[in-house]
Amino acid sequence: MQCIRLEYDVDGENFSSAGNASESVKRTLKQMGVAPGSVRRVAIAMYEGEINMVIHAHGGKAVVEIYPERVDIYLKDSGPGIENIELAMKAGYSTATESIRSLGFGAGMGLPNMKKYSDEMRIDSTVGVGTTVFLRVNFE
Amino acid sequence: MTIRDVVRLLDAEILCGEEHLDTEIHTACGSDMMSDVLAYVKDQSVLLTGLLNPQVVRTAEMMDMLCIVFVRGKRPEQEVIDLARSKGIVLLSTEKRLFVACGILYTNGLGG
Repeated sequence: MQCIRLEYDVDGENFSSAGNASESVKRTLKQMGVAPGSVRRVAIAMYEGEINMVIHAHGGKAVVEIYPERVDIYLKDSGPGIENIELAMKAGYSTATESIRSLGFGAGMGLPNMKKYSDEMRIDSTVGVGTTVFLRVNFE
Repeated sequence: MTIRDVVRLLDAEILCGEEHLDTEIHTACGSDMMSDVLAYVKDQSVLLTGLLNPQVVRTAEMMDMLCIVFVRGKRPEQEVIDLARSKGIVLLSTEKRLFVACGILYTNGLGG
């Protein structure tokens, strides 16, 4: 099947640039004429993932595959990993530091938001090795 | 109301986006927590906040918002203003506090 594949390096040292990859994907989908509601769901789910990679995992790699009827997103980092995924998925649970909270994130809404705005979500994480998050958003 | 009305009602300074002041807006939200904006906001076009970092602009961009109002007399760095300008987002700064600024806009017809 025909698919557009986009790859991004997410810079873990630069909080200001977090969101660059998501914005690029959003722009691409918009240009392709994807419905605005779907574009927004992809943008938010991926943006939360990108923020997570920057604040928790020193950055990583984002691979986005755009199909005619959906988007698949792979967010891969070599960060500390998630000890308890079930707990991490709870709204309000966060291991973010006070300095991250002062930036407007770390409310424990990142993973729940990613789940809320995607149709499929899988987290594969090993402590000390890293985390890969898979997100699928079907177009309306 | 239009963004120009927001400027007048909040006695706000325009930091960028003068060319978009006549854009119609119907709803707004106020928050310093961007994760909550991403979680709970739906189709709001104005964000009122006391937070000043670039992620405020990025959050607004992801949510297709048109205007950000910085409350309590805050002004972001030039980098943030440039980012908003490149995305066509209007930035305003008001001396009013978050609660008061939201209240003024709400009583003048802007929805939540």
